[in-house]
Amino acid sequence: MTAPAIELKAINKRFGPVWANRDIDLKVMPGTVHGIVGENGAGKSTLMSILYGFYTADTGEILVNGQNLDIRNSQQAIQAGIGMVHQHFMLVEPFTVLENVMLGMEGQAVLANARGKARKALQDIASRYGLEVDPDAIVGELPVGLQQRVEILKALYRGAKILILDEPTSVLTPQETGQLFEILESLRSQGVTVLLITHKLKEIMAITNHVSIMRAGTMVAHRETAHTSPEELAELMVGRKVLLRVDKQPAQPGEQRMEIKNLDYSDDRGVRRLKDINFNLRSGEILGVAGVSGNGQSELLKMLSGALAPNQGVMVLDTRAGHSELSAGSWRDAAEIRDLGIAHVPENRLRQALVKAFSAAENAILGYHDKPEYGETFLEPEKVVNATEVMMEAYDVRPRLPGLKTANFSGGNQQKLVLAREMLKEPDILLIGQPTRGVDIGAIEFIHRNMIAARDKGAAVLLVSVELDEILSLSDRIIVMNDGAITGEVMASETNEAELGLLMTSTAGEVPTAGNGPTGGAKAPQSEQQEEAVA
Amino acid sequence: MEMFDQIFSLLGASIRLATPLMFAAMAGIFSERSGIVDIGLEGKMLISAFASACAAYETGSPWLGLLAGILVSVMFALMHGYASITQRGDQTISGLAVNFLASGLTVVLGHAWYGQGGLTPSVHDERFKSIILPGAEWLGENVPVVGPFYEQVISGHNILVYLAFVSVAAAYWVLFRTRFGLRLRATGEEPNAVDSAGISVAWVRYRAMIVTGVLCGCAGTYLSIAQNAAFQREMTAGRGYIALAAVIFGKWHPKGALGACLLFGFLQSLETRLQSVQLPLVGELPSQVFSAIPYIITVVLLAGFIGKAIAPKNVGVPYVKER
Amino acid sequence: MSPILAESPRWVRIGLVPALQLALALVISSLVVLIIGEDPVQAFAIMIRGATNLEFGGFHSTLYYTTNFIFTGLAVALAFHAGLFNIGGEGQAYVAGLGIAIVCLLFDSTLSVWLMAPLVILASAAFGAIWGVIPGYLQAKRGSHIVVTTIMFNFIAMALMSYALVVHISPLGGNSTDSRYWNSDAVFPKWNEMMPDAPFSLLNPTLILALVCCWLVWLLVWRTRLGYAIRTVGSNPHAATYAGINASRTIIITMAISGALAGMMAVNEVYGAQGRLILNFTSGFGFMGIAVALMGRNHPFGVVLASLLFGALYQGGTELQFEISSINPQMVLVIQGLVVFFTGALDRLVRGPVEGAFLRYQLAKAKKAEAADAAVAGGN
Repeated sequence: MTAPAIELKAINKRFGPVWANRDIDLKVMPGTVHGIVGENGAGKSTLMSILYGFYTADTGEILVNGQNLDIRNSQQAIQAGIGMVHQHFMLVEPFTVLENVMLGMEGQAVLANARGKARKALQDIASRYGLEVDPDAIVGELPVGLQQRVEILKALYRGAKILILDEPTSVLTPQETGQLFEILESLRSQGVTVLLITHKLKEIMAITNHVSIMRAGTMVAHRETAHTSPEELAELMVGRKVLLRVDKQPAQPGEQRMEIKNLDYSDDRGVRRLKDINFNLRSGEILGVAGVSGNGQSELLKMLSGALAPNQGVMVLDTRAGHSELSAGSWRDAAEIRDLGIAHVPENRLRQALVKAFSAAENAILGYHDKPEYGETFLEPEKVVNATEVMMEAYDVRPRLPGLKTANFSGGNQQKLVLAREMLKEPDILLIGQPTRGVDIGAIEFIHRNMIAARDKGAAVLLVSVELDEILSLSDRIIVMNDGAITGEVMASETNEAELGLLMTSTAGEVPTAGNGPTGGAKAPQSEQQEEAVA
Repeated sequence: MEMFDQIFSLLGASIRLATPLMFAAMAGIFSERSGIVDIGLEGKMLISAFASACAAYETGSPWLGLLAGILVSVMFALMHGYASITQRGDQTISGLAVNFLASGLTVVLGHAWYGQGGLTPSVHDERFKSIILPGAEWLGENVPVVGPFYEQVISGHNILVYLAFVSVAAAYWVLFRTRFGLRLRATGEEPNAVDSAGISVAWVRYRAMIVTGVLCGCAGTYLSIAQNAAFQREMTAGRGYIALAAVIFGKWHPKGALGACLLFGFLQSLETRLQSVQLPLVGELPSQVFSAIPYIITVVLLAGFIGKAIAPKNVGVPYVKER
Repeated sequence: MSPILAESPRWVRIGLVPALQLALALVISSLVVLIIGEDPVQAFAIMIRGATNLEFGGFHSTLYYTTNFIFTGLAVALAFHAGLFNIGGEGQAYVAGLGIAIVCLLFDSTLSVWLMAPLVILASAAFGAIWGVIPGYLQAKRGSHIVVTTIMFNFIAMALMSYALVVHISPLGGNSTDSRYWNSDAVFPKWNEMMPDAPFSLLNPTLILALVCCWLVWLLVWRTRLGYAIRTVGSNPHAATYAGINASRTIIITMAISGALAGMMAVNEVYGAQGRLILNFTSGFGFMGIAVALMGRNHPFGVVLASLLFGALYQGGTELQFEISSINPQMVLVIQGLVVFFTGALDRLVRGPVEGAFLRYQLAKAKKAEAADAAVAGGN
């Protein structure tokens, strides 16, 4: 029997009081694709960083091809034949592909000859694994899928026989994902061992031979992919039966609050991020926006909340502030939109919704700091603190210390503070993005209950989430986004994960048919979109 | 003929004035390309000007003076490096601290040692002297235009002037033709990429700081014992900042920075020559206009009104490993 | 673990740590004194006496320097709150001197001090604001880095001022590089002119203006909507966009106020102390504001304390040269550099271990208390 390509024995790693990895064992057989799944924060990335020498384990052993190794930095990992493709690419954007690949493996102090050698070696690798990239292209000008390819080339150029991919598809379009999987197939057939870290079960099922499941810093199970199911994996990941339906009454949608017409947006680089978005939102309903992250949902939220202005389109609002129509030329900023009765819980709370250095009380008025209730000429601390105490009480924010620095609250409590700030104002329209990202289980249920309660009180809720479970269990109606466009609209009660998955990978206007399997469905639009990109 | 004479002597003076800028600008390019903002070029020039003047006076050798200037400048560069790299401190603040320290120490030590209000004793034989290139005199007298050009613009500078041009070529070669240069540029743009390639970001940056120190040492030495014959209080007079402006104006590229330094040197030489000279159309220009121009055009350039200067992506950002 | 324990006590953060950093700077300055061959203890004793004595006006002079540093320190501190590093205090103060000179040259023979003073203050603030707002505008709207722009503006100010003085102002009377003296009826009286018993010093009523500015800055930063916006933009620009705060506008306004604060330093020098416009009258006071703001941790009260400290060092340094002739007063620049280094660039060097030690101590104490609680509970 051959030795495992990688064997980890009793790996432990602590960051202060937090066990990031606890007694981890793992065996990865050579020439296979081995998946590692787990929720965000389960310890997958830490484990891989230990394997790649970014961190050193507190205790435990690492065996590569049967040899016990002490990997203390990435150089040693590279020497041991391990390569890593990080979630955030580690590429020097103004450099060419060739220069990026050479970096750290130049061979000689003077580059003149090294370049020629590297070029040849790169071409050999590219043709062997089917990874064609122009070696003289500037990396920063390449599309994301090709940049990832450069990362893989870098690893292979360094002689990697074991390749770690950390959430490789999170930034990819479905067609790029398809291409990536083809590459992984080809690598596997050439004897390369692939470790695929992901939290997407579909990918595990599609490509891996084996899968290991992590939860809260521990390794909970190992399975052969052929002998497991997404349901079993999901249960292992979460540690209990997945809560598929939140307790709620059917929605009773009232009058229309918001209507979006022909919204279009291109970013600074001219990439069209939103393509002709149309939908409406009524009081008393939750409209879910589903999609792989990075398909325009973030831009949509920013636009509706006033953080960004569209190039084209109209937003019609009917709120307590009356009837208003915003068009691309007369868009409003976040403060003005808030005044129209719209509240916004953004996707990334530490980046957008909170100022880490502020006290809880100071954050409790962010966006509402101009309101006279917090003081007339000057801001009055007592009023701010009183308001904060009310919020903390209502949303059970712990500890109840308005003066405590926000950075010292846990993620769940920070999120509750944001929700309290936005929802206690009883907005007519609530925009909410990734409400439970990085939040503990107890807080998730609390947050979900409050969203339903807001709906039942007549709020119009727009929920953006990449977690399909969350979308399915909370929404009344669902729109699906892919590549900046809405690819479909369904009633939550009449759909399922499979249908949504299909919509998430189809192009706008195309009607997915039941006969299309996930792979068939993903491939057909691929060529279509590529042509579009070329044109 | 006289017009040529005037132009050539102007050009010769421009080159001499551009020399410290060239050294310092190359120093700035190495530092900033590696990702470290260096406001402290001025201070390193100043302290090395002082050190080399003292050493040259005490030892009687300009070369030992140069060595001392370089050593002290490297020490200051490493201090800045320690704050910026190891302690991940604010690089602008650290650079300012270097400038304050240099400006204080030179006066305090100079005053204590030589008692001339911060002036060092002047050196005569212990300084870098002009080199007359072979045939300069003969060509100047016998060949029209080209001869005087050779005599006045190319020949007749001290060794450090020629070294400054060598340093520009060397900077270009090192940055774009060697492994060290590739890694250094990558460090300023994307230190993560460098780290994940198994290269120490800190070590690359420290080496860049040493190069910066050496080059600033040359710049300072030039000021005190090549261009002048003693150290004077605050003798850098903002040249470190002009060099920084040249780095920006030259878009962090040795060739561009060379052009900017020559231009700024030319403006400086004009400043002295155009005093009370009536110019066509504008009349007499106040000399202050010339001293302000390098700063004004840098501001205009940075504001993107003429072209755009884009700094290395990660300049000024301490490197912390991603978790 | 209680989350409150994640932070060391306030007095450690804003008291002990800066004090240790200052001590470190002073120890290294002492080494410089030793290198010169003098006794640092004696030197510091002379400095302290020189800065605090009342009979020869030492303390008064300390306060006079303090006034300058409060203005420039506030300017840097306020900009820091908006995440901006305003190195241009020197130039802003310098140009503000021009504003004062214009007002004085025009009106000093006709207006009394009661009318002149407000005009002069306004003019200095306005000229300083203009010199601050341009870099602010360029940062906010054109994306040019404020550090570089303000440095360049310092030098442009030097050229501008030397042009204004040499070509236009000095011909109206005065030496080649100075203006004429302002009419003594139109300028601030000095402390010793108001108090006949007081020894001579350059101390003048501008100190009161400085203290008022401290209070106003405190009010602005922590009690107004604008201050809230400034701090939000400074610590998280994304959150500012989310909150509907216009970051560009906030940056521009902040730089205008910061420039105005720095500019008012000229009131102390040009209007109060010197009574005329002198070439290079700012002589590094603007840069000193950086050390003051860092040492005072960007809080107006801290700025006052740090200004007092640096005012004393400045005055003490001036006295020093009379007693120990081998020590140049520029020694204060060495100390300034070291303070900037240790409180700014090397902040972590002292802060890390000291705060860490306190955290461990708190943690151990909490654990002990917990254990004791558990023991009591177990006993029951």
